[in-house]
Amino acid sequence: MSGIHVTTTINGDEAEFICQPDETLLDVLRDRMGMTGSKEGCGSGDCGACSVMVNDRLVCSCLVLGAEAEGARVDTIEGMADGETLHPLQRKFLEHAALQCGVCTPGFLVAAKALLEKNPDPSEIEVRYWLAGNLCRCTGYDKIIRAVMDAAAEMRGA
Amino acid sequence: MSRLTEKARDGALKQVGTRPLRPDGIDKVTGRARFGADAVAPGMLVGKILRSPHAHARIKAIDTTKAEALSGVKAVITADDFGDVDESLTDTLHNIMAHGKALYEGHAVAAVAAVNMSVARQALKLIEVDYDVLPHVTDVEEAAQPDAPLIREDLLTVGVNPPATKPSNISARHEFGHGDVGKGFAEADIIVERTFRTEATHQGYIEPHSWLGSMGPDGQAELWGCTQGHYMVRDTCAGLLGIDVSKLRVTASEIGGGFGGKTTVFVEPVVLALSRKANRPVKITMSREEVFKATGPTSSSANRVKIGITKDGRITAADAELFYQGGAFPGSPVEFGAMAAFACYALENVRAVGWDVLANRPKQAAYRAPGAPMIVFAVESVIDELARRIDMDPVDFRLKNAPKEGDRSSYGPKFGPIGLIQTLEAAKAHPHYSAPLGPNQGRGIAAGFWFNFGGMTCSNINIGNDGTVTIAVGTPDIGGSRASMCLMAAEEFGIPYDRVKAIVADTSALGFNDVTDGSRVTFSSGYATIQSARAAIGEMCKRAAQIWGIPEEAVDWSDGHARPSGPNAGDFEPLSMAEIAASAARTGGPIAGHHEVNVDGAGVSFGVHIADVEIDPQTGRSTVTRYTVLQDAGKAIHPAYVEGQYQGGAVQGIGWALNEEYIYGEDGRLQNAGFLDYRMPVASDLPMIDTQIIEIPNEGHPYGVRGVGETPIVPPLGAIGNAVSQAIGLRVTETPMSPPRLLAMMSSYREAAE
Ligand code: FES
Ligand code: FES
Repeated sequence: MSGIHVTTTINGDEAEFICQPDETLLDVLRDRMGMTGSKEGCGSGDCGACSVMVNDRLVCSCLVLGAEAEGARVDTIEGMADGETLHPLQRKFLEHAALQCGVCTPGFLVAAKALLEKNPDPSEIEVRYWLAGNLCRCTGYDKIIRAVMDAAAEMRGA
Repeated sequence: MSRLTEKARDGALKQVGTRPLRPDGIDKVTGRARFGADAVAPGMLVGKILRSPHAHARIKAIDTTKAEALSGVKAVITADDFGDVDESLTDTLHNIMAHGKALYEGHAVAAVAAVNMSVARQALKLIEVDYDVLPHVTDVEEAAQPDAPLIREDLLTVGVNPPATKPSNISARHEFGHGDVGKGFAEADIIVERTFRTEATHQGYIEPHSWLGSMGPDGQAELWGCTQGHYMVRDTCAGLLGIDVSKLRVTASEIGGGFGGKTTVFVEPVVLALSRKANRPVKITMSREEVFKATGPTSSSANRVKIGITKDGRITAADAELFYQGGAFPGSPVEFGAMAAFACYALENVRAVGWDVLANRPKQAAYRAPGAPMIVFAVESVIDELARRIDMDPVDFRLKNAPKEGDRSSYGPKFGPIGLIQTLEAAKAHPHYSAPLGPNQGRGIAAGFWFNFGGMTCSNINIGNDGTVTIAVGTPDIGGSRASMCLMAAEEFGIPYDRVKAIVADTSALGFNDVTDGSRVTFSSGYATIQSARAAIGEMCKRAAQIWGIPEEAVDWSDGHARPSGPNAGDFEPLSMAEIAASAARTGGPIAGHHEVNVDGAGVSFGVHIADVEIDPQTGRSTVTRYTVLQDAGKAIHPAYVEGQYQGGAVQGIGWALNEEYIYGEDGRLQNAGFLDYRMPVASDLPMIDTQIIEIPNEGHPYGVRGVGETPIVPPLGAIGNAVSQAIGLRVTETPMSPPRLLAMMSSYREAAE
């Protein structure tokens, strides 16, 4: 199999890689770019642990081919904080103890950020439905939902 | 003398009980934390396992020559690559690699190591296995029949009298109880007896098992990956590979959930065997399908419960018979199930008999309070029914029969200080309990119990030159335990929380530590940490005495400082930890504290759950509309993480009660080995999970801690079952109470009524 050359932008930085036609974006991020923040919980689009943004759209990177990143803008958990400054969602997850093992956390943060960009003032039900694609086995979701609502309130300046 | 400190009793703890940020938090919210699959090593190969497509088959021959010849394949192994092992490890060995027979669909039969994943996948296709397919059995009641297909031709039931002479799939019988149940039932005014069935569920941790291993020709080996017990991994793997324990160093990565499912080995020995053969590092990461098919789900079960009461609600006798299917090897948690069955009741006449049954399914592994939720579902359902029969409030009914300190437990020993009565009273007083219900809604309550565990534990504390503290523990941080360790050490030293750091040490850095199970971490590693801190404090007092030139006994410790004790000790300014540490070189060298112990005195714990459920009469779908967990924590070190355990355990139980199940086809193959079809609760399925922490100190711990992690999964099946039963007016006796099951129940009832 010959590799495909891909030029893309990851977290604002230009990036290039060579991947096989059957490699997923998640494989590329983790194995070729060394960005292991996105997790593989299922490889079938059912857990959300691999959530990233491609051209401002929330996707499961295990369902996107690496080759599809050509010319695209990819944003991952690694690019979420601004230098030393955590994103309000990251801060609120910590303050609300919204993680136990933490393996689902990157996916939840990326998905929640996508939600708040679309809808800065979601109801609890809206948050629950938006995050229904992200599995967490540890927390029972209570603290995650509270953290997202609180971050949204803070970001609105409430 | 009670080891309980006065501080815990009179509420003088300053830091324990607060909610600081967890020390590993930033790594986890930025994606920097390294979990099992995140490791790489130079020259690393990809390992992949070939698994049986049959539920039960004799392996006549395996031909690996074509796979070995494929370019990029560096090693292929089968059962032949493992030698003789100690008898205690035979089942483990046969589970990680089939020897002679494949015992369940997904059973490993061979493995390869290759330069990349696509070569590894191709190599698996080239391995030829000649199977002789045998009849199989996956259902527990069928497997227990005398004419069922035999999984082991030589298995004789232990614990029966007269001794078994004919092989069967029943590996053991366990009995617990006291008094005379026959006499007790004769005294009863009302007796209810029913049989309940529960399907197997999976622990469902989001992180699949993943290990990187390296083993050289000199037998020196390293493993890196996700586990609940890296010392167990070391000892088991050393035994399976025939190497010295001291040659294998195991480092626990961050762990993405376990709930008991990462308390045994699955791919670790395979990784090492491949690495030994290829002489290169090898990594194996399971796919989700492999996790479902080849790692521990729970037991499925069939349980008969019979309880007799007087008209005024006193239980006169309780009897249960439990059948637990534990997969293709002995060792289902039926013994724990039989012990925990009636633990929430003070009984004169009680008996529980458990049968451990083999079937052609993956070997079960511990899952949070292993064995308890299934039988407690049955017991709490019958209790609910009895309370309703005599028109008594179900909390009052439980209060009337609840054990207290000094009462004999249904499983034998006498209870120490326990908090069931306080927890039940708190449930009754909770606003949830008296809130109005809407149409098609029901409210259920259930109580639950778990033993908790202590075990082999050790901890090191090193004081840095600047007076800051590093704690090393041997228990992986599965849910925020580093924060609890830091809090307890900061409390002992009397210094700010952020001057303390906790790490999980590898197997070569500390003595043996038991697996992170039995809700033991905050209790046991906390206990060892406190004692290590006290040892370090003792050493610092000695150093201060030396600096001041006074006897050691004349030095006291408080608020992070050594102080002369009393007027006769001399007039010295207190010395801070930083000052004492700075002069360590002159006073005897580095300052440390250390503690090794086999901790006992883990306090048992009780929880009570209240569930509201609404049933859609058209679809049979249940929606949990409100849920409250009340549980005795002994002492909550970090209350936010205790609440998290309550909430997470409750939701796993809700999933078990309503939707999660292992579905087997006629062919003995698992039909739903993925998150799409194995339906775990998602955020939109649930309400907020209300919690209330009750604190009745455990005398076995300096701060009164009890384990909290497991009890929360015990009551939900019963609480949801009771709520659903009330909502539909029929007693539910099976989990999951999925829409098709409820719909079928409701319509057959309607038909019968017409
Ligand atoms: S790994 Fe992509 S959704 Fe689970
Ligand atoms: S915190 Fe463990 S899966 Fe969410």
